[in-house]
Amino acid sequence: MLFIPGNNPSMLQNSDVFESDSIIIDLEDAVNVMEKDSARNLVRCYLDNLKEKKAELVIRINGLDTTYYNDDLNQIICDKVDAIMLPKAHVADLKKLDEILTDLENQRKITKKIKIIPIVELAESLLEVEKIVFQNRVDGVLLGAEDFSSDLEVVRTKGGEEIFYARSRIAVSCAAAKIDAIDTPFTDTKDNIGLAKDCEKAISLGMKSKSCIHPNQIEVVNEMFSPSQKTIDWAKRILQAKIDADKKGLGAFSVDGKMVDKPVIERAQKIIKKAEKYHIL
Amino acid sequence: MKNCLNRFVPEGFASFNGSNDYKNHISEYKKIPEKKKTSSYKTLGSIGEIFDYFNITNGSTLSFHHHLRNGDAVLNLVCVEIKKRDLKDIHLAASSLFPNNDLALHDLIVNQNITKITTNYLNGKTAELIGKGKLKEMLVMETHGGRARSIETGELKIDLAIIATPCVDKDGNGTGKEGKNACGVLGYAIPDLHYAKNVVLVSDTIKEKIENPELSNEYVDGLLIIDSIGDKNGIVSGTTNITKDPVGLKIARDATKLLKELGVIKNGFTMQTGAGGTSLAVASYIKKEMIENNIIGNFASGGITGYYVDMLRNGLFEKLYDVQCFDLLAVESSLVDKNHIFMDASMYGNPYYNNPIVNGLDLVVLGATEIDLDYNVNVTTDSFGKIIGGSGGHSDTANGAKITMITTQLIKSRIPIIKEKVTTISTPGEDVDILVTERGICINPKRQDLLQKLENSKLNIMKIEDLLKLSYEITTKPANIERSNEVIGVVKYRDGTIIDSIYKLKE
Repeated sequence: MLFIPGNNPSMLQNSDVFESDSIIIDLEDAVNVMEKDSARNLVRCYLDNLKEKKAELVIRINGLDTTYYNDDLNQIICDKVDAIMLPKAHVADLKKLDEILTDLENQRKITKKIKIIPIVELAESLLEVEKIVFQNRVDGVLLGAEDFSSDLEVVRTKGGEEIFYARSRIAVSCAAAKIDAIDTPFTDTKDNIGLAKDCEKAISLGMKSKSCIHPNQIEVVNEMFSPSQKTIDWAKRILQAKIDADKKGLGAFSVDGKMVDKPVIERAQKIIKKAEKYHIL
Repeated sequence: MKNCLNRFVPEGFASFNGSNDYKNHISEYKKIPEKKKTSSYKTLGSIGEIFDYFNITNGSTLSFHHHLRNGDAVLNLVCVEIKKRDLKDIHLAASSLFPNNDLALHDLIVNQNITKITTNYLNGKTAELIGKGKLKEMLVMETHGGRARSIETGELKIDLAIIATPCVDKDGNGTGKEGKNACGVLGYAIPDLHYAKNVVLVSDTIKEKIENPELSNEYVDGLLIIDSIGDKNGIVSGTTNITKDPVGLKIARDATKLLKELGVIKNGFTMQTGAGGTSLAVASYIKKEMIENNIIGNFASGGITGYYVDMLRNGLFEKLYDVQCFDLLAVESSLVDKNHIFMDASMYGNPYYNNPIVNGLDLVVLGATEIDLDYNVNVTTDSFGKIIGGSGGHSDTANGAKITMITTQLIKSRIPIIKEKVTTISTPGEDVDILVTERGICINPKRQDLLQKLENSKLNIMKIEDLLKLSYEITTKPANIERSNEVIGVVKYRDGTIIDSIYKLKE
């Protein structure tokens, strides 16, 4: 998921040439308060002129604790928008946003249901993340580690020990709701080795995707989060062995000398599904 | 007269008749005799003494190489002497001209001290001045291989080759690899050395003896030692690092995926890239591919950067063929590594040389200022007709390599790079096989073999007409740019024929 500043015409124009699965057009932190109006206009023009969408389109609006969010939504809601990313999300905010979106969808005769991706970046949001994931329209949760660390008054480090708990809690909650846990961006855009290590940690804790703040991060993130060819081959072997076993009426079978049971089969199915999603089969 | 690409050819010049037409004329290729020296070289005390000793007068042709690139001081010192003597109608035959020469050349062009320029590449203020029609005679733009050919045949007659030489020895030999301003191999100076009527080496470092000098004293008539021939740091042009631009990197990634699908990257393969950031990014992705699959290439060639030196040192290529060093790591390597092999301009790209290095290339990755629906490429002018470069080795490598790939952004400064017709043709479309942009890849329809191999590709391969349409959807169709009808220069193809003309800029 690639963040693109909503006030940068050339970056908006090129946003769809990269291999990100989602483009997050940012009207919040990337846009100075003096430029909020012009950024909204620019994004509106971009949406009006967008002929073919190559990735999921997400707009990060300003928080519901600001005076900007209403203008953001009024200007940009249209059928080309797939999801709204909500900063500093609380359950109450999500309910309110759901109502606003329903009204706008009805007014504008938008047939699809625009999703919401809340950002958990406050300690109090993390404490209600189990409820957040089950709110209407919520399709994934992004960890916002910079603000979260600030709220905790801890130093944000490359090692990321300070966000271990947040990552784990978000990942478990999202898994329970069967939605994506989206990892926080890695802010050193020149350190792709550090980025790969950061991805490794996030994956090990159950994060399912990662946001990027620079296009040059996408290649590493895609490599890390997509199933490798080796993994895909393994999953294919498992599923083929399952078909063969079913034909023979065998309940239990083994692959590569290891017994295959239901969780292994489900893991293989998930890998193939993910590979299909990323078009790497 | 119009040539086969429907481009105007001024009277007195031969017309381009296809990129492989030279093969019909190989038997007619006649070199002039190499210069013969009858006595030892003369030690000279100043640039003025050079002019006196070699009788440089009105109408003389003086040649220079560009290996010191933006760090060269020798051409500038010679310009001061021309101005001092108020010589007229001098023909400047420099292999390239850089902004570093702008100040020295300006008045000489305006005051018609220099009235003719033959070069392979020029940009900066001198290019602007010539574009405004201030050069009295025609600007002649050659290719690197073409310049070697034209010197060897006597088409370009040089009265005096003034060769900036980083190190000379007491016997009058010279090298570019040593000395306080070592700039590496001097491949472009060799035709001048062998065929100019007179040759003088100008250096700031003299030693007792140079082992294996590339400039042999057999050809040297004069030697001048001065305080400084320039600044070796000027050879680094700023385009020798891998791009960090995400669009450039995306292009490079797609280019490499395509080459992988075509099966180009395999043991024993050969390649050349330009020194631009995107070209080097392609090299970096190819390098990754080579490491992952234990692939060892035969050679890489061209102007050499530290990046290729690193690949040589890591055993990814067996050898490098180097005509010009683009950075100081390449300079160092050219001196110490026996697999870092010197090639002169003729061996590099002269179409009439017996199997030049460019003919052994499996792949060349090049840039473009414009490319058109016939795959003709412009690297000589911008879309307004302003001179911004020149072929250099573009046409030579495109003709020689088995696969010529152009990598470029689809839109630069809000102007689409694909044109219905390019402003100036530098390299003919018949020699261009693949275009890779961030929004699509095009294969020249004449390469049905490549298209067949890519039948099942998941890459975004499209017709060039569709990619042009897509760029118009983003920028709208640019207005036609009117140009004057006054021809101020010609673009010579590597065989000496005229592939296009250069026009005076509209006021």
